[in-house]
Amino acid sequence: MKHEIVEKNLGLMIVLIIFTISGGFLAEVVPLFFLDETNEPVEGLEPLSALELEGRDIYIREGCHVCHTQQIRPFRAETERYGHYSVAGEFVYDRPFLWGSKRTGPDLARVGGRYSDAWQRQHLYDPRSVVPESNMPAFPWLFENRIDHTSTESKLETLQTLGVPYTDEQVAGAPDEVRGKFEIEALVAYLQQLGTVISDKR
Amino acid sequence: MSTFWSIWISVIVLGTVFGCWWLLYATRKGQTTDTETNKTVGHSFDGIEEYDNPLPKWWYYLFIATCVFALGYLALYPGLGNYKGLLGWTAENQWQAEMQQADARYGELYAKFGDTPVAELAENDDAMKMGQRLFANNCAVCHGSAGRGSLGFPNLTDDDWLYGGDPDTILTTLHQGRNGNMPAKGTMPGMTSEQVDQVVNYVLSFSDRAKDEEAAAKGEQVFAQACVACHGQDGKGNQAMGAPNLTDNTWLYGSTYEWIKETVVNGRANQMPAQGDRLSDDQIQILAAYVYSLSN
Repeated sequence: MKHEIVEKNLGLMIVLIIFTISGGFLAEVVPLFFLDETNEPVEGLEPLSALELEGRDIYIREGCHVCHTQQIRPFRAETERYGHYSVAGEFVYDRPFLWGSKRTGPDLARVGGRYSDAWQRQHLYDPRSVVPESNMPAFPWLFENRIDHTSTESKLETLQTLGVPYTDEQVAGAPDEVRGKFEIEALVAYLQQLGTVISDKR
Repeated sequence: MSTFWSIWISVIVLGTVFGCWWLLYATRKGQTTDTETNKTVGHSFDGIEEYDNPLPKWWYYLFIATCVFALGYLALYPGLGNYKGLLGWTAENQWQAEMQQADARYGELYAKFGDTPVAELAENDDAMKMGQRLFANNCAVCHGSAGRGSLGFPNLTDDDWLYGGDPDTILTTLHQGRNGNMPAKGTMPGMTSEQVDQVVNYVLSFSDRAKDEEAAAKGEQVFAQACVACHGQDGKGNQAMGAPNLTDNTWLYGSTYEWIKETVVNGRANQMPAQGDRLSDDQIQILAAYVYSLSN
């Protein structure tokens, strides 16, 4: 084929570029949409409760995922510190996933149950009061703001449409579960369930 | 993985490798020599022309080498659908191998200490060095690097224990964790604010710090109704349920009138997270000995 033909036909060039660069996507990503390994929840995985889901949205709003990952890689150095390595089936209800890509703070994939609720609250209010060398920002407003419950129901509904197995009762009862609660309660509830579906007993 | 996806992946991966190879040959066609010529591709933009020389040979062979490398890699490692690769490598068995290596190196050490009784282990310098590191990694976040605790997190270096400081109790605490719960207003939900004032003064009087002696005297009755079930008649607490001793002037949540009032009015809930699922039994044995050594 002559260069000239490709270079002088923009449409053809676009098609060929797309064809060339889609190879990796077609081979590495597309099959994952259809594999049981990546689509079946691990045993015992439950969708987040309304309160935990609001906590997750606060986690996203405050940008926690920018400094904290939620993915333990299968290396000894990581499993010794954080617990059992993460598996795909743990994240099937996560939309979007919060694996993150940079660790300024530690990984949080299995932080659930690791510290007491009281510690989590203290640490979010003033991180340096419990970890003197920490450089995490403080989040005192979480203790003053109440959760906006007006959109909780539609959040659950949306997830239900996307295939997360919420029952209709759960969706209908969602606003009542979070009404009047402080944001900190939701965030702590979310953190305390992270990664608890797989026990990291060694 | 189903056969379809396995074939799908294999075709795309091999197709890409051979496609690159083909492209390399196709564009080199007719340019078998490595000598530079003055021949141009024929166009001229503002007087700028483009030579039509072949790739330098070393460069051309590097491209070929990447294709060869890719095929070699695909033969050794799992890259083609369900094909497992000649080396049988998986991320999981690489992790297993790392763990086994570490176990071979440290396992014996842990096992040796894991079988030693806590009190004896606390005398062993090597074990205590390991204990200190385990403590720094797992406990210091709440109890502080020196184990002195802070507001709401118990001091482990004194002789005051919520659940008991003997080796077996420390082991139980570490393995199973603890859930401390003081209900608001104790067992007397109807406590009036006057009665709150009285009982706080009474509690302060255990350490001779009552602000109002008269109220403290009246507080004894409130205490009997609201607090004795856990803290006991004499206020010395009950380690079986983790009820603190109120008479020793050691306080988990602050010792002032205001703090104690806050505790009485709103109650307290606290947890020591269980470590039994996170650390091995041997590690917990060493940690228990370290904690034991802090106050013995």
